[in-house]
Amino acid sequence: MSPDELRPATVTRLLLALSLVAAPHVVHLPLWLSIVAVVLGLWRWLVARTARPLPGTLLRVVLTSVVLLAVYSRYGTLFGREAGVSLLIAMLALKLLELKTPRDVYVAVFLGYFLIVTNFLYSQSAFLAAYMFLVVMALTALLIDLNRHQPATVGEDLRVAGRLVVLAVPLMIALFMLFPRVAGPLWGLPKDAHGGLSGLSDEMTPGRISQLGQSNAIVFRASFDGPFPQPQQRYWRGPVLWQTDGERWQAGTATEHRSPLTGLNYETLSEPLQYSIILEPHNRLWLYALDLPASVPPQARLTADFQLHATRPVRERWLYSVASHPDYRTPPLSDEERKRALQLPPEGSPRARAMASRWRLESPNDVAIVQRALQRFRNEPFVYTLQPPLTENDFVDEFIFTTRRGFCGHYAASFVFLMRAAGVPARVVTGYQGGEVNPVGNYLIVRQRDAHAWAEVWLPGQGWTRIDPTAAVAPERVEMSIDTSALGEQVRFHMPNQAWLRQSWQTLSYGWDTFNNAWNQWVLAYGPDRQASLLSWLQGSALPWQVLATLLLAAVFALLLTLILLWLHRERRDSDAATRLYSRYCRKLAHRGLGRAPHEGPTAYAKRVALARPDLALASAQISRLYSALRYAPYPAPVWLARLRYAVRHFRP
Amino acid sequence: MSAPKLPNPPAATYNDSAVLTPQDLKLACEQVIAAAGQIVLGKDVELRLALACLLARGHLLIEDLPGVGKTTLAHVLAKTLGLEFRRLQFTSDLLPADILGASVYDRANASFTFHPGPIFTQVVLADEVNRATPKTQSALLEAMEENQVTVEGETYTLPTPFFVIATQNPSHQVGTFALPESQLDRFLMRLHLGYPDAKAERALLTGSDRREALRELPPAISLTTLLSAQSKVPQVHVSDALVDYLQTLLLHSRQSPYFRHGLSPRAGLGLLRAAQAWALIAGRGHVVPEDVQEILPAVAGHRLQAAAEHGDLPTAALMEQLTTVPIP
Repeated sequence: MSPDELRPATVTRLLLALSLVAAPHVVHLPLWLSIVAVVLGLWRWLVARTARPLPGTLLRVVLTSVVLLAVYSRYGTLFGREAGVSLLIAMLALKLLELKTPRDVYVAVFLGYFLIVTNFLYSQSAFLAAYMFLVVMALTALLIDLNRHQPATVGEDLRVAGRLVVLAVPLMIALFMLFPRVAGPLWGLPKDAHGGLSGLSDEMTPGRISQLGQSNAIVFRASFDGPFPQPQQRYWRGPVLWQTDGERWQAGTATEHRSPLTGLNYETLSEPLQYSIILEPHNRLWLYALDLPASVPPQARLTADFQLHATRPVRERWLYSVASHPDYRTPPLSDEERKRALQLPPEGSPRARAMASRWRLESPNDVAIVQRALQRFRNEPFVYTLQPPLTENDFVDEFIFTTRRGFCGHYAASFVFLMRAAGVPARVVTGYQGGEVNPVGNYLIVRQRDAHAWAEVWLPGQGWTRIDPTAAVAPERVEMSIDTSALGEQVRFHMPNQAWLRQSWQTLSYGWDTFNNAWNQWVLAYGPDRQASLLSWLQGSALPWQVLATLLLAAVFALLLTLILLWLHRERRDSDAATRLYSRYCRKLAHRGLGRAPHEGPTAYAKRVALARPDLALASAQISRLYSALRYAPYPAPVWLARLRYAVRHFRP
Repeated sequence: MSAPKLPNPPAATYNDSAVLTPQDLKLACEQVIAAAGQIVLGKDVELRLALACLLARGHLLIEDLPGVGKTTLAHVLAKTLGLEFRRLQFTSDLLPADILGASVYDRANASFTFHPGPIFTQVVLADEVNRATPKTQSALLEAMEENQVTVEGETYTLPTPFFVIATQNPSHQVGTFALPESQLDRFLMRLHLGYPDAKAERALLTGSDRREALRELPPAISLTTLLSAQSKVPQVHVSDALVDYLQTLLLHSRQSPYFRHGLSPRAGLGLLRAAQAWALIAGRGHVVPEDVQEILPAVAGHRLQAAAEHGDLPTAALMEQLTTVPIP
C-alpha cells in the first residue's frame, strides 16, 4: 500500500470503531448532535463506497461553523464537561469529511482514544471499563491495519490488538498502583461534573410533596464487624432539623461542632457496634451513622446533635469506619438547646395547639404526652402513602384532622409540632431507615428509597429519645423496606417471596452488587491514602511522590528494555516452540520404530521416513519443511508455527 | 522466502544481479554442474563441493593419486564458469618468482618493469603442489590468503574471482614436501576424487576424447551472475539455532579424544561460509544442519588429525565422529 492510499475497508472500520467509542455518550448528549454525527459518518461511508470526492473546503468551513454555533448556543460555553464532550464528538465527526490519507486516520484514532477517557467523566463502572477495553482493542486493530502491507482480516487485526491490550494489563496495573496519586484531582474536573447527584436535603416540606420519588440508587453500603443490628435499630442519622415555620423544617442556626471528639458527651448503655460504610458521593457534607455515633472518622467531625459532618462535600466514594452505641442516655439540655427544641411559629395550627395543651393538662409527665400522641396516630384512621394529598394553608391542622394521609415526613413533622406545642423538647431527624442485607457480600445496602424522617424528644432522665411516629401508623415500614414497584395508592412492602426464580434473581443481583462494591472499594476508592499505605506496606515507609515518580519512570524504562529484548529474541522463542512440536512428531514416529537419530537433520529424517512409510511421506515432508523453516529461516511467519502445530497434532503414524 | 516483488523496477538502477532470486542462482549452479558433469563423469558431489568452495571465496585442495582426473576437474570448472585458466606445474626447483612474476630491467626505458607471473589469472591450477619446496609453497599460499602479490615492495592485486585449485599426491609418495598443517588450513576444502565407479569408467573408456570436448566447452554462467552469487553467500541467513549447532560441532572436535587438535575458529568460519554456499546452490535462503553435515568432511577433513591412539582410523571414520554429533 502506498503511504497516501486509504483502503475503503479501513474507513468503514474507523467509522465502526468511532461509533463504538461514542455510543455511551448518546444518552447524555443532545439528540441533534447524535444525529449530526451519524449523518456525517454515513456520508463518509458512502464516499468511501462509491469513490466520490469529499466535500470541498467551503462546505466544510460552513458545516464546522454551524455545528460550533449550535454547541455554543446549547451550552452557552465551549468548556466544561457537557459542552467539551459535545464539541469533541462534533469535531471528530467533521474530521471524517477530510479523511484522505492514513495520517488523517491516525488523527481520528488518537482523538478516539481521547474520547474513551471522556466516557469516564460520566461513569466509572466496571461495565464501562470492560467495554472500553474492547473499544481500545478496536482502535488499536485499526492502527495495526494501517501499518500492514497486505490487508488482513478484521479477526487477525483484532487478535494482534487483543494480545497487545492483554500484554499492557500488567503495566496498567502497575501504573494504577504506583502512579503518583496527588491528593485531590490533578486538574479540576469540569464544574458541572457533580450535577444530578440526588439525596437528602437540609430541609423538609412534607405538605408540598404530592409524590415521593422512590429511587433505587444506592446511598451507601455498610458492613458490620459483628452481626447486623435488628431492623428496628437501623436508623441511619442524617441532617437534624430544628427550625420550623409550621410547614417547612430546616436545620436552623449553625450547630456547634466538636472536633476532634474529646470523649463522649453521653452515657453509653451497651457495647458499641463497629462497622464501616462506603458512601456514594452526594455532594453534601453529612456522613451517615447509626444512632448514636461514638467515633469520628478522619476529615470529619461530630456536631452537638450527633451528626457526622465531612470537612468538604463528599464528591468521591468514601470509605469510613464508625462505632455506634444503640443504647444511650444524653446529658441535660442547655438553655439554648431547650429554646431551639421548643421553637414554634408565633401563630397557626390552632387545633393542634389546643389538643397539645389539653394533653399537657391531662398527662402527669412528658412520657404520657408522647404515648397519647402515638395512640392518636395509631387509633385514628391514618394511612401511610407515598402519594399524599397536598395541604393548602395549615399543614399540621390539615394533616392531623382532615387528610390523615402521608409519609414519614408528615408524621415526624406533625408529631414534633405537637410535642413542642405540649412543651416537650423535640426535633426532626432525617436520614435512612433499614437497608437490605446482601447475603452474598454480607453487607447492608441502603438505597434512596430508604430515606426516612423520625422524631426525637427530650425526656427527663433519658435525654434525647428516638420516637418514630411512622412506626405507630405502619410498623411494616420499619421492619421491611418499601417495594418501589408499588406506585399505586396503597404501599406494598417488600415481602419475602419463596418462588425459586425470584430467589435466584435476588442472589444474582446481590452477587452483582457485591462485585460492584468490590470494584468501588478496590478500584475506584484507590486514592492517595490507599496508595501511601500500600507503599508503606511494601517498603516500610511512605515515599514522597517525586521519588515515586522517579522510581516509576525507571520501572517503565526497565519494562520497555525488557520488551525490546524479548522482541529481539522472538525468533529464538518461536524456534524453541517449533522444536518442542518437532520432538513430539519424532516421538510419535519413535513409537512406530522410526525414531530420529540425534544427529539426523529434519530433511534427511523426512527422507528416511518417506522411504520406510510412503503413506507418511507428504505429512513428514510438510512437518520437516515447516520445522526447518521456523528454526533456520529468517523472519519466520507466525502462521508457520500454527501450521506446524496443526500438522503435528494431526500426524498419526 | 521470496524476495519482495518489485513492480517495474527502473531498468537503469537495477542490474541483473540485484533481481536474482535464490531460485535463479540455483538454476545457474545446476547448469554449471550439468555442463561439467558431461566431462567429469560420476563426480557430481565433488563438482558441487568445488563450486561451493569457489562461491564461498575459498580455495580448493584436491588430494588423490595421479590420473584420477584432478586436472580435468579444475580445467572443466574454469571452462564452464567462463574463467581464465592457467596451469602451474610445481616441481622441486620451482621458485617463487616463477609463480608471482618478477621485475625485469627494461633497457629501453632504463627502469624495472614487473612481469606478472602465471598466478595472475582467475583460476590457477597448482598441480602437485607438494612437489615444490616450502618456500615456493608459501609464496602461493600467501597470494591465496591476501588476494594480492607483493614483489620488491610493490603490491599487485590479483584478478577477481581468484580461485586456486591445488592438487597434491598423497604424501607417502617419493619426493614430496607435505604441506604443513598451518598451510592446509588456508584451503577451504579438500576433496578426494577416488576411482570412478564402474559405469562412469566404462563411459570414459568407450567414449570420445574428452580433451576435445573440453576445449569446446562453452561457459554455463555469466561473470556477473557468478560475482553476484559470491556476494550473496554471506547474506544466506544463519539462525541462532544453526550457530548453536556449529558451536556444538566445534566444541565436540575440541573435546573428542579422537582428534589431536580441535577445529580452529577459522575452520568454524570456513564451515559456516561453505554451508552458506551449499545452501545457496540448493536454492535456499537459509542454512540447515544438513548443509553443514554435507560440507563437513570436505572442510574439516584436512584440518583434523587423528589422535595417536586412533592413528589408524580412516578420514571417513574420523568425520563420522563429527557428523553424528546430535543437532541441538
